[in-house]
Amino acid sequence: MADFSFFILMQREFKIASRSVQQFLLPISFFSLVVLLFPLGLNPSPQLLQTIAPGILWVAALLAILLSLDNLFREDYEDGFLELLVLSPRPLALLLAGKVAGQWLIIILPLLLIASLFGIFLGLPNHSLGTLLISLLIGTPCLMLIGAIAAALTVGLQQSSVLITLLLLPLYLPVLIFGSSAVQHASTGLSSNPQLYMLSSLLILTLTLAPLAMSAAIKISLSQ
Amino acid sequence: MMITHYLHKIASPAAFYLFCGRCLPWLIALFFIVLALGLYGGLVTAPADYQQGDAFRIIYVHVPAAWMSLFIYLVMAINAAVALIWRIKISEVIVVSSAYIGASFTFLALVTGSLWGKPMWGTWWTWDARLTSELVLLFLYFSIIALYNAYEDKRVASKAISILALVGVINIPIIHYSVVWWNTLHQGATVTKLDKPSIHIDMLIPLLEMAFAFNLYYLISLMQRARNEILKREFNSLWVKKLCQESSNE
Repeated sequence: MADFSFFILMQREFKIASRSVQQFLLPISFFSLVVLLFPLGLNPSPQLLQTIAPGILWVAALLAILLSLDNLFREDYEDGFLELLVLSPRPLALLLAGKVAGQWLIIILPLLLIASLFGIFLGLPNHSLGTLLISLLIGTPCLMLIGAIAAALTVGLQQSSVLITLLLLPLYLPVLIFGSSAVQHASTGLSSNPQLYMLSSLLILTLTLAPLAMSAAIKISLSQ
Repeated sequence: MMITHYLHKIASPAAFYLFCGRCLPWLIALFFIVLALGLYGGLVTAPADYQQGDAFRIIYVHVPAAWMSLFIYLVMAINAAVALIWRIKISEVIVVSSAYIGASFTFLALVTGSLWGKPMWGTWWTWDARLTSELVLLFLYFSIIALYNAYEDKRVASKAISILALVGVINIPIIHYSVVWWNTLHQGATVTKLDKPSIHIDMLIPLLEMAFAFNLYYLISLMQRARNEILKREFNSLWVKKLCQESSNE
Protein backbone atom coordinates (compact mmCIF):
# COMPACT_ATOMS: atom_id res chain seq x y z
CA MET A 1 0.00 0.00 0.00
CA ALA A 2 1.23 3.42 -0.80
CA ASP A 3 2.41 5.58 2.05
CA PHE A 4 0.31 8.71 2.23
CA SER A 5 1.63 9.92 5.57
CA PHE A 6 3.62 12.70 3.88
CA PHE A 7 0.46 14.13 2.31
CA ILE A 8 -1.62 13.62 5.42
CA LEU A 9 0.82 15.72 7.41
CA MET A 10 0.80 18.35 4.67
CA GLN A 11 -2.97 18.46 4.67
CA ARG A 12 -3.00 18.83 8.43
CA GLU A 13 -0.86 21.97 8.19
CA PHE A 14 -3.31 23.43 5.68
CA LYS A 15 -6.29 22.69 7.89
CA ILE A 16 -4.69 24.34 10.90
CA ALA A 17 -3.60 27.35 8.87
CA SER A 18 -6.99 27.78 7.23
CA ARG A 19 -8.52 28.29 10.68
CA SER A 20 -6.30 31.24 11.55
CA VAL A 21 -5.61 33.86 8.93
CA GLN A 22 -2.61 35.08 10.94
CA GLN A 23 -0.47 32.22 9.67
CA PHE A 24 -0.89 33.49 6.13
CA LEU A 25 -0.60 37.16 6.98
CA LEU A 26 2.38 37.25 9.32
CA PRO A 27 5.13 36.39 6.82
CA ILE A 28 3.73 38.66 4.11
CA SER A 29 3.24 41.63 6.36
CA PHE A 30 6.75 41.20 7.69
CA PHE A 31 8.06 40.93 4.14
CA SER A 32 6.28 44.11 3.08
CA LEU A 33 7.50 45.96 6.12
CA VAL A 34 11.15 45.09 5.48
CA VAL A 35 10.90 46.02 1.81
CA LEU A 36 9.19 49.32 2.65
CA LEU A 37 11.89 50.30 5.10
CA PHE A 38 14.61 50.37 2.47
CA PRO A 39 13.29 53.15 0.20
CA LEU A 40 12.39 55.13 3.32
CA GLY A 41 15.72 54.56 4.99
CA LEU A 42 17.86 55.14 1.90
CA ASN A 43 16.75 57.59 -0.75
CA PRO A 44 14.04 56.75 -3.26
CA SER A 45 16.06 57.38 -6.43
CA PRO A 46 14.99 54.82 -9.06
CA GLN A 47 18.55 53.89 -10.12
CA LEU A 48 19.61 53.07 -6.57
CA LEU A 49 16.46 51.09 -5.86
CA GLN A 50 16.77 49.14 -9.08
CA THR A 51 20.33 48.07 -8.31
CA ILE A 52 19.58 46.98 -4.75
CA ALA A 53 16.10 45.57 -5.41
CA PRO A 54 17.23 41.92 -5.83
CA GLY A 55 19.10 42.05 -2.55
CA ILE A 56 16.24 43.73 -0.70
CA LEU A 57 13.63 41.28 -1.95
CA TRP A 58 15.75 38.26 -1.13
CA VAL A 59 16.77 39.52 2.30
CA ALA A 60 13.11 40.27 3.06
CA ALA A 61 12.03 36.79 1.96
CA LEU A 62 14.79 35.26 4.09
CA LEU A 63 13.73 37.26 7.14
CA ALA A 64 10.07 36.42 6.63
CA ILE A 65 10.89 32.71 6.63
CA LEU A 66 13.23 33.11 9.59
CA LEU A 67 10.37 34.71 11.51
CA SER A 68 7.98 31.86 10.80
CA LEU A 69 10.45 29.19 11.95
CA ASP A 70 10.15 29.80 15.65
CA ASN A 71 6.55 28.56 15.57
CA LEU A 72 7.18 25.69 13.17
CA PHE A 73 7.34 22.93 15.78
CA ARG A 74 6.40 24.84 18.93
CA GLU A 75 2.68 24.06 19.16
CA ASP A 76 3.20 20.46 18.17
CA TYR A 77 5.89 20.20 20.82
CA GLU A 78 3.69 21.66 23.51
CA ASP A 79 0.58 19.59 22.81
CA GLY A 80 2.52 16.35 22.41
CA PHE A 81 1.89 15.83 18.70
CA LEU A 82 5.63 15.56 18.00
CA GLU A 83 5.94 12.69 20.47
CA LEU A 84 3.20 10.85 18.63
CA LEU A 85 5.07 11.38 15.38
CA VAL A 86 8.24 9.96 16.91
CA LEU A 87 6.32 6.95 18.21
CA SER A 88 4.58 6.26 14.90
CA PRO A 89 5.89 3.36 12.80
CA ARG A 90 6.30 5.61 9.74
CA PRO A 91 9.75 7.13 9.18
CA LEU A 92 9.97 10.35 11.17
CA ALA A 93 11.99 12.12 8.45
CA LEU A 94 9.15 11.61 5.97
CA LEU A 95 6.51 12.90 8.39
CA LEU A 96 8.53 15.99 9.26
CA ALA A 97 9.23 16.63 5.59
CA GLY A 98 5.46 16.57 5.00
CA LYS A 99 4.96 19.10 7.76
CA VAL A 100 7.62 21.42 6.42
CA ALA A 101 6.27 21.08 2.88
CA GLY A 102 2.83 22.10 4.14
CA GLN A 103 4.23 25.13 5.91
CA TRP A 104 6.21 26.11 2.84
CA LEU A 105 3.14 25.93 0.61
CA ILE A 106 1.25 28.14 3.05
CA ILE A 107 3.96 30.79 2.97
CA ILE A 108 5.12 30.63 -0.63
CA LEU A 109 2.02 31.57 -2.62
CA PRO A 110 1.30 34.89 -0.90
CA LEU A 111 5.02 35.57 -0.80
CA LEU A 112 5.41 35.13 -4.56
CA LEU A 113 2.48 37.45 -5.23
CA ILE A 114 3.71 40.18 -2.94
CA ALA A 115 7.32 39.80 -4.08
CA SER A 116 6.44 40.36 -7.71
CA LEU A 117 4.34 43.37 -6.71
CA PHE A 118 7.22 44.91 -4.77
CA GLY A 119 9.60 43.97 -7.56
CA ILE A 120 7.61 46.26 -9.82
CA PHE A 121 7.49 48.99 -7.16
CA LEU A 122 11.26 48.86 -6.76
CA GLY A 123 11.74 49.21 -10.49
CA LEU A 124 12.93 45.73 -11.39
CA PRO A 125 12.74 45.36 -15.17
CA ASN A 126 9.77 43.25 -16.25
CA HIS A 127 11.91 40.57 -17.87
CA SER A 128 13.61 39.80 -14.54
CA LEU A 129 10.39 39.25 -12.60
CA GLY A 130 10.17 35.67 -13.88
CA THR A 131 13.66 34.97 -12.59
CA LEU A 132 12.73 36.50 -9.25
CA LEU A 133 9.76 34.15 -8.92
CA ILE A 134 11.71 31.08 -10.05
CA SER A 135 14.62 31.85 -7.73
CA LEU A 136 12.22 32.28 -4.81
CA LEU A 137 10.42 29.10 -5.79
CA ILE A 138 13.66 27.10 -5.73
CA GLY A 139 15.40 28.97 -2.92
CA THR A 140 12.71 29.24 -0.26
CA PRO A 141 12.29 25.47 0.22
CA CYS A 142 16.04 25.33 0.94
CA LEU A 143 15.58 28.06 3.54
CA MET A 144 12.61 26.25 5.09
CA LEU A 145 14.37 22.89 5.22
CA ILE A 146 17.64 24.23 6.68
CA GLY A 147 15.62 26.39 9.04
CA ALA A 148 13.58 23.41 10.16
CA ILE A 149 16.79 21.72 11.38
CA ALA A 150 17.51 24.72 13.59
CA ALA A 151 13.89 24.88 14.72
CA ALA A 152 14.01 21.19 15.61
CA LEU A 153 17.21 21.64 17.59
CA THR A 154 15.84 24.54 19.62
CA VAL A 155 12.20 23.54 20.04
CA GLY A 156 12.45 22.70 23.74
CA LEU A 157 14.52 25.72 24.67
CA GLN A 158 13.67 29.06 26.22
CA GLN A 159 15.35 31.69 24.02
CA SER A 160 14.81 29.74 20.82
CA SER A 161 14.18 32.64 18.46
CA VAL A 162 17.53 34.28 19.20
CA LEU A 163 19.27 30.96 18.87
CA ILE A 164 17.58 30.15 15.56
CA THR A 165 18.81 33.42 14.11
CA LEU A 166 22.35 32.76 15.24
CA LEU A 167 22.32 29.17 13.97
CA LEU A 168 20.94 30.07 10.57
CA LEU A 169 22.95 33.17 9.77
CA PRO A 170 25.95 31.24 8.39
CA LEU A 171 23.90 28.43 6.86
CA TYR A 172 21.63 30.75 4.87
CA LEU A 173 24.44 32.61 3.11
CA PRO A 174 24.79 30.40 0.00
CA VAL A 175 21.06 30.48 -0.78
CA LEU A 176 20.94 34.25 -0.35
CA ILE A 177 24.00 34.77 -2.54
CA PHE A 178 22.80 32.59 -5.40
CA GLY A 179 19.20 33.78 -5.17
CA SER A 180 19.89 37.49 -5.23
CA SER A 181 22.66 37.24 -7.81
CA ALA A 182 20.30 35.30 -10.11
CA VAL A 183 17.85 38.20 -10.01
CA GLN A 184 20.66 40.72 -10.35
CA HIS A 185 21.97 38.99 -13.47
CA ALA A 186 18.51 38.80 -14.97
CA SER A 187 17.85 42.48 -14.34
CA THR A 188 21.04 43.48 -16.14
CA GLY A 189 20.13 41.25 -19.07
CA LEU A 190 22.61 38.46 -18.41
CA SER A 191 21.75 34.79 -18.20
CA SER A 192 20.79 33.70 -14.71
CA ASN A 193 20.93 29.98 -15.46
CA PRO A 194 24.17 29.21 -13.56
CA GLN A 195 22.78 30.63 -10.33
CA LEU A 196 19.47 28.84 -10.78
CA TYR A 197 21.31 25.56 -11.39
CA MET A 198 23.33 26.10 -8.22
CA LEU A 199 20.14 26.85 -6.29
CA SER A 200 18.55 23.69 -7.67
CA SER A 201 21.51 21.58 -6.60
CA LEU A 202 21.33 23.14 -3.14
CA LEU A 203 17.64 22.23 -3.08
CA ILE A 204 18.38 18.61 -3.97
CA LEU A 205 21.07 18.44 -1.30
CA THR A 206 18.82 19.88 1.40
CA LEU A 207 15.81 17.83 0.28
CA THR A 208 17.76 14.62 0.74
CA LEU A 209 19.74 15.42 3.88
CA ALA A 210 17.72 17.96 5.88
CA PRO A 211 14.80 15.63 6.81
CA LEU A 212 17.27 13.14 8.29
CA ALA A 213 18.99 15.83 10.34
CA MET A 214 15.58 17.16 11.37
CA SER A 215 14.36 13.82 12.66
CA ALA A 216 17.60 13.26 14.58
CA ALA A 217 17.28 16.74 16.07
CA ILE A 218 13.64 16.23 17.08
CA LYS A 219 14.53 12.99 18.84
CA ILE A 220 17.29 14.79 20.75
CA SER A 221 15.00 17.68 21.67
CA LEU A 222 12.36 15.29 22.97
CA SER A 223 14.85 13.26 24.97
CA GLN A 224 15.50 15.95 27.52
CA MET B 1 43.39 -6.23 18.41
CA MET B 2 45.88 -4.56 20.71
CA ILE B 3 45.07 -1.15 19.29
CA THR B 4 41.29 -1.46 19.53
CA HIS B 5 41.63 -2.75 23.05
CA TYR B 6 43.80 0.22 23.90
CA LEU B 7 41.36 2.64 22.27
CA HIS B 8 38.45 1.21 24.21
CA LYS B 9 40.39 1.62 27.41
CA ILE B 10 41.36 5.22 26.71
CA ALA B 11 37.78 6.11 25.73
CA SER B 12 36.57 5.68 29.28
CA PRO B 13 36.52 9.06 31.03
CA ALA B 14 38.66 7.97 33.97
CA ALA B 15 41.42 6.51 31.80
CA PHE B 16 41.33 9.51 29.50
CA TYR B 17 41.63 11.87 32.45
CA LEU B 18 44.70 10.11 33.77
CA PHE B 19 46.25 9.70 30.32
CA CYS B 20 45.94 13.44 29.63
CA GLY B 21 47.37 14.25 33.02
CA ARG B 22 50.43 12.16 32.24
CA CYS B 23 50.90 13.64 28.74
CA LEU B 24 50.43 17.28 29.62
CA PRO B 25 53.85 18.15 31.16
CA TRP B 26 55.68 16.63 28.18
CA LEU B 27 53.45 18.38 25.68
CA ILE B 28 53.88 21.72 27.42
CA ALA B 29 57.67 21.36 27.42
CA LEU B 30 57.68 20.41 23.74
CA PHE B 31 55.34 23.31 22.95
CA PHE B 32 57.69 25.88 24.48
CA ILE B 33 60.70 24.46 22.65
CA VAL B 34 58.97 24.49 19.26
CA LEU B 35 57.46 27.92 19.93
CA ALA B 36 60.89 29.35 20.80
CA LEU B 37 62.40 27.84 17.65
CA GLY B 38 59.57 29.12 15.49
CA LEU B 39 59.59 32.61 16.95
CA TYR B 40 63.38 32.89 16.69
CA GLY B 41 63.28 31.67 13.10
CA GLY B 42 60.37 33.89 12.20
CA LEU B 43 61.41 37.11 13.90
CA VAL B 44 65.21 36.92 13.59
CA THR B 45 66.61 34.55 10.98
CA ALA B 46 63.94 34.79 8.27
CA PRO B 47 64.84 37.47 5.71
CA ALA B 48 62.59 40.52 5.43
CA ASP B 49 60.14 40.46 2.57
CA TYR B 50 61.30 42.41 -0.51
CA GLN B 51 57.98 44.18 -0.71
CA GLN B 52 56.42 44.19 2.73
CA GLY B 53 59.57 44.57 4.81
CA ASP B 54 59.34 43.37 8.39
CA ALA B 55 55.58 43.76 8.50
CA PHE B 56 55.13 40.40 6.83
CA ARG B 57 56.32 38.67 10.01
CA ILE B 58 52.78 38.66 11.34
CA ILE B 59 52.34 35.74 8.94
CA TYR B 60 53.86 33.55 11.67
CA VAL B 61 50.80 34.10 13.82
CA HIS B 62 48.15 34.76 11.21
CA VAL B 63 48.56 31.79 8.90
CA PRO B 64 48.90 29.09 11.60
CA ALA B 65 45.83 30.56 13.35
CA ALA B 66 43.83 30.41 10.13
CA TRP B 67 44.94 26.83 9.49
CA MET B 68 44.00 25.87 13.03
CA SER B 69 40.55 27.45 12.70
CA LEU B 70 39.72 25.05 9.88
CA PHE B 71 41.57 22.06 11.30
CA ILE B 72 39.76 22.33 14.63
CA TYR B 73 36.40 22.42 12.87
CA LEU B 74 37.35 19.24 11.08
CA VAL B 75 38.40 17.56 14.34
CA MET B 76 35.13 18.71 15.84
CA ALA B 77 33.04 17.32 12.99
CA ILE B 78 34.80 13.95 13.05
CA ASN B 79 34.26 13.71 16.80
CA ALA B 80 30.64 14.79 16.34
CA ALA B 81 30.08 11.87 13.97
CA VAL B 82 31.79 9.50 16.40
CA ALA B 83 29.72 10.87 19.28
CA LEU B 84 26.46 10.41 17.38
CA ILE B 85 27.23 6.96 15.96
CA TRP B 86 29.07 5.21 18.79
CA ARG B 87 27.93 7.38 21.71
CA ILE B 88 31.48 7.78 22.98
CA LYS B 89 31.55 10.23 25.88
CA ILE B 90 35.07 11.46 25.22
CA SER B 91 34.11 12.51 21.71
CA GLU B 92 31.22 14.55 23.08
CA VAL B 93 33.63 16.29 25.41
CA ILE B 94 36.11 16.93 22.59
CA VAL B 95 33.39 18.49 20.41
CA VAL B 96 32.41 21.11 22.97
CA SER B 97 35.95 21.77 24.19
CA SER B 98 37.16 22.27 20.62
CA ALA B 99 34.41 24.77 19.86
CA TYR B 100 35.79 27.31 22.30
CA ILE B 101 39.38 26.88 21.15
CA GLY B 102 38.38 26.98 17.50
CA ALA B 103 36.43 30.18 18.01
CA SER B 104 39.48 31.76 19.67
CA PHE B 105 41.78 30.76 16.82
CA THR B 106 39.30 32.07 14.25
CA PHE B 107 39.09 35.34 16.13
CA LEU B 108 42.88 35.53 16.30
CA ALA B 109 43.14 34.91 12.56
CA LEU B 110 40.62 37.67 11.85
CA VAL B 111 42.30 40.19 14.15
CA THR B 112 45.84 39.52 12.92
CA GLY B 113 44.58 39.57 9.34
CA SER B 114 42.98 42.92 9.95
CA LEU B 115 46.17 44.29 11.54
CA TRP B 116 48.15 43.00 8.58
CA GLY B 117 45.64 44.34 6.09
CA LYS B 118 45.80 47.94 7.32
CA PRO B 119 49.42 48.67 6.34
CA MET B 120 49.46 46.35 3.29
CA TRP B 121 46.09 46.85 1.64
CA GLY B 122 45.29 50.17 3.32
CA THR B 123 42.11 48.90 4.92
CA TRP B 124 41.11 47.01 8.04
CA TRP B 125 38.51 44.96 6.28
CA THR B 126 37.50 44.09 2.75
CA TRP B 127 34.65 41.81 1.70
CA ASP B 128 37.13 39.44 0.21
CA ALA B 129 36.04 35.82 -0.10
CA ARG B 130 38.55 34.42 2.36
CA LEU B 131 37.85 37.06 4.97
CA THR B 132 34.13 36.62 4.66
CA SER B 133 34.22 32.85 4.95
CA GLU B 134 36.49 33.13 7.98
CA LEU B 135 33.94 35.46 9.56
CA VAL B 136 31.18 32.98 8.76
CA LEU B 137 33.27 30.26 10.38
CA LEU B 138 33.45 32.39 13.52
CA PHE B 139 29.66 32.59 13.56
CA LEU B 140 29.41 28.82 13.11
CA TYR B 141 31.58 28.38 16.20
CA PHE B 142 29.49 30.93 18.09
CA SER B 143 26.25 29.15 17.20
CA ILE B 144 27.65 25.85 18.43
CA ILE B 145 28.72 27.41 21.72
CA ALA B 146 25.38 29.19 22.15
CA LEU B 147 23.38 26.05 21.45
CA TYR B 148 25.48 24.07 23.92
CA ASN B 149 24.88 26.60 26.66
CA ALA B 150 21.15 26.76 26.00
CA TYR B 151 20.60 23.14 27.03
CA GLU B 152 20.41 22.23 30.69
CA ASP B 153 21.34 18.59 30.24
CA LYS B 154 24.88 18.58 28.92
CA ARG B 155 24.70 15.12 27.35
CA VAL B 156 21.68 16.16 25.30
CA ALA B 157 23.48 19.41 24.50
CA SER B 158 26.46 17.47 23.17
CA LYS B 159 24.25 15.50 20.81
CA ALA B 160 22.53 18.66 19.60
CA ILE B 161 25.79 20.44 18.83
CA SER B 162 27.11 17.30 17.16
CA ILE B 163 24.25 17.51 14.66
CA LEU B 164 24.88 21.20 14.15
CA ALA B 165 28.60 20.61 13.66
CA LEU B 166 27.84 17.99 10.99
CA VAL B 167 25.37 20.28 9.21
CA GLY B 168 28.05 22.96 9.35
CA VAL B 169 30.79 20.76 7.91
CA ILE B 170 28.66 19.99 4.87
CA ASN B 171 28.00 23.69 4.52
CA ILE B 172 31.56 25.00 4.90
CA PRO B 173 32.69 24.18 1.34
CA ILE B 174 29.36 25.42 -0.06
CA ILE B 175 29.63 28.67 1.89
CA HIS B 176 33.24 29.11 0.86
CA TYR B 177 32.65 28.64 -2.85
CA SER B 178 29.45 30.66 -2.89
CA VAL B 179 31.31 33.54 -1.26
CA VAL B 180 34.18 33.21 -3.73
CA TRP B 181 31.73 33.33 -6.59
CA TRP B 182 29.74 36.20 -5.08
CA ASN B 183 32.88 38.24 -4.74
CA THR B 184 34.22 37.61 -8.22
CA LEU B 185 30.80 38.45 -9.63
CA HIS B 186 30.70 41.79 -7.90
CA GLN B 187 34.02 43.53 -7.69
CA GLY B 188 36.69 41.13 -8.74
CA ALA B 189 39.98 40.83 -6.92
CA THR B 190 41.44 44.29 -6.59
CA VAL B 191 43.46 44.63 -3.43
CA THR B 192 43.97 41.02 -2.61
CA LYS B 193 45.85 40.15 -5.76
CA LEU B 194 49.18 41.31 -4.39
CA ASP B 195 51.55 39.12 -6.32
CA LYS B 196 52.36 36.27 -4.05
CA PRO B 197 55.74 34.80 -4.86
CA SER B 198 56.09 31.23 -3.70
CA ILE B 199 57.49 31.47 -0.22
CA HIS B 200 61.24 31.27 0.41
CA ILE B 201 62.52 28.22 2.28
CA ASP B 202 63.96 30.34 5.12
CA MET B 203 60.54 31.84 5.64
CA LEU B 204 58.72 28.53 5.27
CA ILE B 205 60.55 26.54 7.95
CA PRO B 206 59.65 28.92 10.82
CA LEU B 207 56.09 28.96 9.50
CA LEU B 208 55.86 25.19 9.73
CA GLU B 209 57.43 25.28 13.17
CA MET B 210 54.85 27.81 14.29
CA ALA B 211 52.05 25.69 12.82
CA PHE B 212 53.36 22.71 14.78
CA ALA B 213 53.55 24.84 17.93
CA PHE B 214 49.95 25.98 17.42
CA ASN B 215 48.87 22.36 17.02
CA LEU B 216 50.58 21.48 20.26
CA TYR B 217 48.91 24.41 21.94
CA TYR B 218 45.53 23.19 20.70
CA LEU B 219 46.26 19.72 22.03
CA ILE B 220 47.31 21.08 25.44
CA SER B 221 44.35 23.40 25.70
CA LEU B 222 41.98 20.69 24.50
CA MET B 223 43.26 18.23 27.10
CA GLN B 224 42.90 20.73 29.91
CA ARG B 225 39.39 21.70 28.86
CA ALA B 226 38.40 18.09 28.37
CA ARG B 227 39.70 17.16 31.83
CA ASN B 228 37.66 19.96 33.37
CA GLU B 229 34.57 18.95 31.46
CA ILE B 230 35.00 15.30 32.45
CA LEU B 231 35.29 16.23 36.11
CA LYS B 232 32.17 18.37 35.85
CA ARG B 233 30.17 15.58 34.23
CA GLU B 234 31.42 12.73 36.39
CA PHE B 235 31.57 14.51 39.71
CA ASN B 236 29.30 11.89 41.25
CA SER B 237 31.26 8.87 40.15
CA LEU B 238 33.54 6.85 42.35
CA TRP B 239 36.83 7.55 40.64
CA VAL B 240 36.39 11.32 40.88
CA LYS B 241 35.67 11.06 44.58
CA LYS B 242 38.74 8.90 45.04
CA LEU B 243 40.80 11.39 43.07
CA CYS B 244 39.61 14.25 45.27
CA GLN B 245 40.47 12.33 48.41
CA GLU B 246 43.92 11.54 47.13
CA SER B 247 44.65 15.12 46.23
CA SER B 248 43.34 16.40 49.56
CA ASN B 249 45.55 13.90 51.40
CA GLU B 250 48.70 15.05 49.65
